[in-house]
Amino acid sequence: MTFLSTIKAAALSAAMIVSVALPAAHADEQYFPLQSYRVGPYAAGGTGFFGGFIDYLNLINIRDGGVNGVKLTWDECETQYEVERGVECYERQKSHAGAAAWNPLSVGIAYAMIDRITADKVPLITVNHGRTDSTDGRVFPYVFPLLLNPYSETSGIVNYIASKEGGIDKLKGKKIVVLYHGSPYGKETIPIYELLAQKYGFTVQQIEVPHPGNEQQSQWLTIRRAKPDFVVLRGWGVMNPVALKTAVKVGYPVDHIVGNVWSNSEEDVIPAGDAAKGYTAITTQASGNSYPVVQEIVKTVYGAGKGNLEDKARIGSVYHNLGIVNGILNVEAIRIAQEKFGHRTLTGDEVRWGFEHLKLDPAKVEALGAKDLFHSINVSWDNHEGEGYVTFQQWDGKKWNVVSDWIAPDWALLRPIIEKSAEAYAAEKGIKLRTADDANAVTTN
Amino acid sequence: MTAITSDFVAAPVLPKWVVPVLLLAFAYGVVPLIGSSYVFEAILLPFLALSLAGVGLNILTGYAGQVSLGSAAFMAAGAFAAYNFNLRVEGLPLIGSIFLAGIVAAAIGIVFGLPSLRLKGFYLAVSTLAAQFFVQWALTKFSWFSNNSASGVIDAPRLSISGLALDGAVGRYLFALTIVTVLTFLAYRLVSSQTGRNFIAIRDNETAARIIGIPVLRTKLLAFAISSFIIGVAGVIWAFAYLRTVEPDGFDLDRSFQILFIIIIGGLASIRGAFFGAALILVFPLALSRLGGFLLGDLFDSGVLDMSQRIVLGALIILFLILEPDGLVALWDRVRRRLLFAWQST
Repeated sequence: MTFLSTIKAAALSAAMIVSVALPAAHADEQYFPLQSYRVGPYAAGGTGFFGGFIDYLNLINIRDGGVNGVKLTWDECETQYEVERGVECYERQKSHAGAAAWNPLSVGIAYAMIDRITADKVPLITVNHGRTDSTDGRVFPYVFPLLLNPYSETSGIVNYIASKEGGIDKLKGKKIVVLYHGSPYGKETIPIYELLAQKYGFTVQQIEVPHPGNEQQSQWLTIRRAKPDFVVLRGWGVMNPVALKTAVKVGYPVDHIVGNVWSNSEEDVIPAGDAAKGYTAITTQASGNSYPVVQEIVKTVYGAGKGNLEDKARIGSVYHNLGIVNGILNVEAIRIAQEKFGHRTLTGDEVRWGFEHLKLDPAKVEALGAKDLFHSINVSWDNHEGEGYVTFQQWDGKKWNVVSDWIAPDWALLRPIIEKSAEAYAAEKGIKLRTADDANAVTTN
Repeated sequence: MTAITSDFVAAPVLPKWVVPVLLLAFAYGVVPLIGSSYVFEAILLPFLALSLAGVGLNILTGYAGQVSLGSAAFMAAGAFAAYNFNLRVEGLPLIGSIFLAGIVAAAIGIVFGLPSLRLKGFYLAVSTLAAQFFVQWALTKFSWFSNNSASGVIDAPRLSISGLALDGAVGRYLFALTIVTVLTFLAYRLVSSQTGRNFIAIRDNETAARIIGIPVLRTKLLAFAISSFIIGVAGVIWAFAYLRTVEPDGFDLDRSFQILFIIIIGGLASIRGAFFGAALILVFPLALSRLGGFLLGDLFDSGVLDMSQRIVLGALIILFLILEPDGLVALWDRVRRRLLFAWQST
């Protein structure tokens, strides 16, 4: 016991020393707290995404010496995708000075952080996921579901199916089955599919696959009876390859299955083997390593032995590229904010202002070396999603090939629904709607 | 072996109430002044919630001898019930919602406690798994429970008691501390009452208990009800005071196991054991992860660090249990007796 208590005391005191001795940010550093997950059931997504993010931050440091001389720093705290670990990491990492933005890549952790980051005035980025109504910057000043919220994703998928059928009016009388993961994430789009079905005159049948989804025989037999024109796969993790394999078993054509943004990675199709050939999925960022920015990361970062991915074959995979795009968005937001507030360490609120002016048109995206990697973004103080475009990729058994143009979701249709939901949240929480003037009032120290 | 005795051998010099009172005075008087937001948000709030859940489970498992793997389900039931009472019943004070949430959890506990009349040991543990899966499934399936929120994740309401806002870290800490203190005190009174003795009698020998006239059926269900009530309130603290958000996924089987480990490591049939166990299960990984990050953070990525911490933690738990199978409480008492003895003999 005395031995153990000595260890314990040593551990505790070391912990205290660490918390005290955390290096104070110098005037020329901007810090990214990374609540990453490299172990646990979702490690494939976590290692790819945070690998890409870190690779891009490294590229900026090595190639440019930081953003206008301000060096980017970060540290990682393992969350395993669990909410309470994410909260612990938040409390641990927030004492570090000069935090730019939080990127937990987890809906659950993001929800738990909304009150906290709003009080601390540091942006929370939920790229391609998150709470749909946090798109409304009037109610959620510090939350940014960049590029694509779940409703836009749904609209993009329906528009793609329409284009395959020859036009939006051809959707009338068609039948779509949505196979969704039995979780909060999976259910988020149920009302919006119903709404789009009504609007365009197709019928929709939504079938739940209980978590984790490694047995789907009965669902796919139902689908075979229903004979839908398309099946939308709104899966997660192991559910995706199982869905593709079972589809082949019951004889449903794989090229009529469209995957959503969390069913679109190499990790979803490779385990399905040949069954995945011809499967199409939505994405905001094309995969592959031919894009100049990915090439520069290979040359500059991996060339210097500082690459973050252990398996170099994953460079340019869907999650890795999403991490890179996320890096671009974060870094450009800082750059934009620096032009207004000065080339120095920014406060969280200044970075928030940067995100609210994050406008990257296709020309600018090309200049960043990311042409065709992603399309563009146009964030404003009240639209925190930023009108991201989507594209569709088909799996040929070895790699993803882009098979569509960049498609715009129907933002005008979605906006009133989002505003209504956000206003209900504001009423419940007693939040006063923010105005453009409020958005321009920035805390600078 | 039974640790009933552990409550009585303690403190040969001081009266029994002195240590708890001193601790409470420290927790109320000193901690709010010196603690940082990290200490409240990441250590003390989850510690309080899990300790209370441990106290609840200890009544059922430690005292009444009924093994349960459904603790997280009762926490979830409490959290969602409190959310819905708070949302749907106008003018109900927060404390009222929390009390009613405890009642709801107790009712669910009674329903899932019914198999205990026929099943024992591992079989009962397996049947309480039904509670675990059913509650989580129901909360996800019927969106009414989460007020039709799109993703099923809900935000905790603001905490306030008669107009006094408790939204800050310290406020939430005091809120949780008060509830935990009151319920722990009641639990303590309960286990030393006739009902508590009935629990122990049933645990030690059900047939004998029946023969001496203890109503076995009623007592078992009472144990389920009281235990679930306390665990339900712990769920409210977990969701409202600690995470500030509620989602069914947060109350999965892992949480049930965590609470079971807390009482096993802390000491079965001991109120203090729940606090010891929660402290070890919560604080130790944090200390390890800090230490690991500090010493080796530059060499390995966070995934490798996390895995090695688990190995160290697992090894240490095994070591603890070998050194003292009756849990940390027994270990603590032994050490204290030795110290006192050493002190008295000088």
